Amino acid sequence: MQLDDLYRRVIMDHYKTPRNQGELAEGTVGVELSNPTCGDRITLQLRIEDGVVREAKFKGEGCSISMASASMMTDAVKGKTLEQAIGLAERFSGLMKGEAVEFEEYEDIEALSGVNKFPARIKCATLAWNALRKGVESQP
Amino acid sequence: MSALSPAELKPLFPILQQDVNGHPLVYLDSAATSQKPRQVIEAVQRYYERDNANVHRGVHTLGTRATDAYEGAREKVARFINARSASEIVFTRGATTSINTVAASYARAVCKPGDEIVISPIEHHANLIPWQQAAKATGATLKHLPMNDDGSFDLAGAAATITPNTKMVAVTHLSNVLGAVTPVEEIIALAHKHGAKVLLDGAQSAPHLKIDVQKLDCDFFAFSGHKMCGPTGIGALYGKRELLEAMEPVEFGGEMIDYVDLFDATWKEIPWRFEAGTPIIAGAVGLGAAIDFLTEVGMENIEAHDRQLAAYAWERLSAMDGVSVYGPASGRTSLVTFNLEDVHPHDVATVLDAEGVAVRAGHHCCQPLMRWLKVSATARASFYLYNDESDVDRLIASLQRAKEYFGHAIG
Repeated sequence: MQLDDLYRRVIMDHYKTPRNQGELAEGTVGVELSNPTCGDRITLQLRIEDGVVREAKFKGEGCSISMASASMMTDAVKGKTLEQAIGLAERFSGLMKGEAVEFEEYEDIEALSGVNKFPARIKCATLAWNALRKGVESQP
Repeated sequence: MSALSPAELKPLFPILQQDVNGHPLVYLDSAATSQKPRQVIEAVQRYYERDNANVHRGVHTLGTRATDAYEGAREKVARFINARSASEIVFTRGATTSINTVAASYARAVCKPGDEIVISPIEHHANLIPWQQAAKATGATLKHLPMNDDGSFDLAGAAATITPNTKMVAVTHLSNVLGAVTPVEEIIALAHKHGAKVLLDGAQSAPHLKIDVQKLDCDFFAFSGHKMCGPTGIGALYGKRELLEAMEPVEFGGEMIDYVDLFDATWKEIPWRFEAGTPIIAGAVGLGAAIDFLTEVGMENIEAHDRQLAAYAWERLSAMDGVSVYGPASGRTSLVTFNLEDVHPHDVATVLDAEGVAVRAGHHCCQPLMRWLKVSATARASFYLYNDESDVDRLIASLQRAKEYFGHAIG
């Protein structure tokens, strides 16, 4: 069990200085999700126009893994069509299952691959991505 | 065994003889579930290998043996908490089912709009949600006892909260987050002054304190077997005979009936009328073996040991820079809840786990209490008779490394 597999520098960087933290003035889609077994909580806001995620912001409380994951996800999803956003979430599921998935220009996300060796922490990493799915799936 | 010696006790627990992530396991999560000594594991195995049959029906030899084992375990539980008789002991799945039984049967029958059900803001969900539901179903008002800032009970405030309208008071006997023993004698006296009945949630106290339900004069006492060296899935509800006799069953079916007609039926006597279906026979046998084990060690010894260990951990954790410790400093036993500054408890628990130290991190099924403490979650180290000071020392050493690790990582 190598802790450094889990707590990579890039993860701690996102935890320390989260991107896209806060609230959207005009968030068209708001999702609140919590992990009832541990109390982690996230509120995700997405501004979706013409089937494209224009902006994404989150607020929440949780461990380094859950907050870093939310920071990375909100970065990656901006400018994506709803279909692409779901595709990202699918790829993230794959990453959590230990598949070798690449995130191209969002390679920070790949740093979370170590989480699959810590099964108890997978739920932390997927919280923000589940909020994304819920937000996108709520769209007509 | 005259005095408790963890050095002698640890080897009796097979699960503790292993390395986890390359380090000898230090198990500090007994408040979630305790480990099982060899004699409990063997009692369950022996039951299945030798005596297994259904109870209260077969006239054959195994049926008699199984019935004797099951009812024998009930006698042991009654003696363990000093009930007047075994008929006051209902076997359940655990403390949660025990509390639900009282809330669904007794409380729903006696409460009406304008009545009050009084609990406290430090209850775990098992002693909160059944009362929320009972209050909603009956129109009774749910009230919470006031607390002092350190999480101790405000008895002057309790005297004002419990009124002649109070029908039911349900409080934890020992908090699974704060580690504090509730001043139950005072609360029970206040409740009885107004004719209210009291349920004590003994999920945490039964493993660590010597329980005497007659001396406490509580009306109901709920606890689980798995937190006191017994198997999961078995627990008990103690109720004063006259209260249990006045209660309607919550579950219906085989085993709990007396005479059955096509359109109506009558119930068995207590406690069997509350045990519909095939009961948890092997679980009861295992709980009986756990009670034998605890009695052999001596509940007084266990109580002294767990208090001493919690005090030692409290002292060491409080002395650490950047560590916050929750709950009252005195009157505590069995566990310490804490947080490492700027590090989420999940992250703390993961680092400790990497060194073989198992602690709980999260809200401990106490979401309202977490909000009251103004934290989202905490870490908790909980102790039992197989732990010793060296386990606390391992916790402190690993916590020190967690602090350094995140100090560099977050820095």
